[in-house]
Amino acid sequence: MKDSTRPGVGLKKDGFDWFSFLGTGLTGLATWLIIAILCVIIGNILYQGWPNLSWRFLTSGVEEGMFNVEKSGVLPMIVGTASRVILMTIFVIPVGVITAIYITEYAHTTSPLIRLIRGAVNNLAGVPSVVFGLFGLGFFIGFVGRNMDAVLNPNSAQPIWGKAGLLWASLTLAVMTLPVVIVATEEALKAIPLGLREASLALGATKLQTVLRIVLPQAMPGIMTGGILAVSRAAGEVAPIMFTGAAYFIHGLPKSLSDQFMDLGYHVYILSTQSPNIEQTRPLLQATVLVLLLLTFSLNIVAILIRARMRKRLRLLH
Amino acid sequence: MLAEAPKPSAGKRTHGWMGTLRGHRAHPMEWIAEKLIFAVSLSAILMIFLIFLFIGREALPILFGRMNSAARQEVIPPDQIDKISPEKLQAYLELTPKEFAEMDRETKIALMEVRVEEAQETRNHPDAAINTTGWRYLLFPQKWEGYSKPEYIWQPVGQVHKYNIVPLLVGSFKVSAIAMFLAIPVSIGAAIYVSQLASPRTREWLKPSIEMLSGIPSVVLGFFALLVMATVLQRVFGYETRLNSFLAGCALSLAVITLVFSISEDALTSVPRSYTQAALALGASKWEAACQIVLPAALPGVFAAAVLGFGRALGETMIVLMTSAASVVSWSIFDPARPITATIAAELLEAVVGGHHYRMLFMLGTLLFVFTFVLNLMGDLVMHRLKARLEGKA
Repeated sequence: MKDSTRPGVGLKKDGFDWFSFLGTGLTGLATWLIIAILCVIIGNILYQGWPNLSWRFLTSGVEEGMFNVEKSGVLPMIVGTASRVILMTIFVIPVGVITAIYITEYAHTTSPLIRLIRGAVNNLAGVPSVVFGLFGLGFFIGFVGRNMDAVLNPNSAQPIWGKAGLLWASLTLAVMTLPVVIVATEEALKAIPLGLREASLALGATKLQTVLRIVLPQAMPGIMTGGILAVSRAAGEVAPIMFTGAAYFIHGLPKSLSDQFMDLGYHVYILSTQSPNIEQTRPLLQATVLVLLLLTFSLNIVAILIRARMRKRLRLLH
Repeated sequence: MLAEAPKPSAGKRTHGWMGTLRGHRAHPMEWIAEKLIFAVSLSAILMIFLIFLFIGREALPILFGRMNSAARQEVIPPDQIDKISPEKLQAYLELTPKEFAEMDRETKIALMEVRVEEAQETRNHPDAAINTTGWRYLLFPQKWEGYSKPEYIWQPVGQVHKYNIVPLLVGSFKVSAIAMFLAIPVSIGAAIYVSQLASPRTREWLKPSIEMLSGIPSVVLGFFALLVMATVLQRVFGYETRLNSFLAGCALSLAVITLVFSISEDALTSVPRSYTQAALALGASKWEAACQIVLPAALPGVFAAAVLGFGRALGETMIVLMTSAASVVSWSIFDPARPITATIAAELLEAVVGGHHYRMLFMLGTLLFVFTFVLNLMGDLVMHRLKARLEGKA
């Protein structure tokens, strides 16, 4: 290695180039190691989970006991996960898209404010998920929810909003996935040729009209990709919702925004750590993991496909 | 409102008040919309600020030493109920003003009697008078009752709650260090291979497949580590405790690999192709070009990837929660460890809201937030510099 850094020595071509061979081999090995790990994980989950997956499992609840291998299912968890993720999308997409529009369309690229916003976005992306959980508990439940209770129903003994619930879990996740949506939308907006905007402006459209009617429709696939990536990220997250909405066990499905809910990821955690008999409930666990994995993977694959199509189309545009 | 909108002057009519290209004179609605867009775009900054504010707020009493967790507190005899002010009594009984107002005299006396009994129970415990939330007890070893020598203990249950954060810090850094040790060579090697050495056709499917790994939820990785990896690793290495920091580190590295891979791959790809082409033209092999030309140029980016990966490892929760056990201060990789994140996740729901345990966990959260904030800031700065440098040179 040391020899090859001395000028000229590494460039000698009078024999077999061991350094290059070894380097290429080792880095290639690292790559294939990652692929192999991926295959082992997915293969293991598919192989173990598939036989335990059935229509009954997908459509029944936990009324007969959540550790009952024959009778319990994941319907409440699927409903809970889906509703928290859909609610989250409603909050995060508008905010994320508008932020990206400001960054790419309105602001000076060199302004210090943009540096600040970008820094905040990057930082938000790196905040640990459990910290989001604490934030949801301290801010949404402890501050917003408690004050809502004090204003809306001062006479009720039981807190309605000042406790864990669907709305707070969704909002916490929305804060967490904000960077995903912002970055994806920004990327989509930047890929749109400047000529389109200039043409629109030259024809007399205002800035806002240009953004709404020319830029945004073009960026739609990119925004969708961002949304789907955010959903797939949020669907598997457990730490932020542990304190803000997910329930260990609950009868029936959530009916209002302030209800607690059961969640797929949290259920995986419960089944793998709190089960009274891990060997006996293993089939349940494996099937639940498979459902969660199928959900997040199918979302990811859709996002990748949309992105690939978008890139192809943009190449034609440029 | 129209008056406030900038008047396009003849000279520089393309630059409005936000320095943007504007079509023609701004419409009032346009002006409002722009203000709204601007306000919404500040949300990311606002969120960072709110996170810091609201997690820090819960932790403040600990940071300023206002919390008292001593099991034996000063008691007020029940017959003195009329001699002290209602505010003082309410604080003494730890009631909210509403609860206090609704409670009748007898209940209050009963509560006071409970206090006296509690105090008598702890009278014989030598450590009962210690306020364990003091900084001294958080950071330094203490010789607790029943132990032969001073020790670092995190044990927030029982009569005396022991809140030494050193075992948790050691756990966090140990597990993250193991994860980084395993993840860095693999992910950076793979990044070099995918970005520089693989053929474009292989690259096209390699990159998304590796990124699929990041699509696996961390709770699923935790499940895999707990039920599959734990057994395999125990059989291979033959250690005694099934759940230990080595297992947690291995599982954690799976989550870190993809992050470090995609950031360093990004940095390597952003090095202009002309660098590589020049090296190849001078007779270097592909590997030499990658290793001696591209890697040094992208080194800050690779460093940033490692820093951000470390931040991710420190903050990852579900994997370490499912693979961690007791909190012990030990640097051996086959001893169990309990990182900060796992402690917060496992104990927060059991803690009394507003109590010292609850606030202590928020204090740990603040600590974690500050750690990762600094790491992210560092990574972000380095990446920014690198981009500016490469774009300037290109």
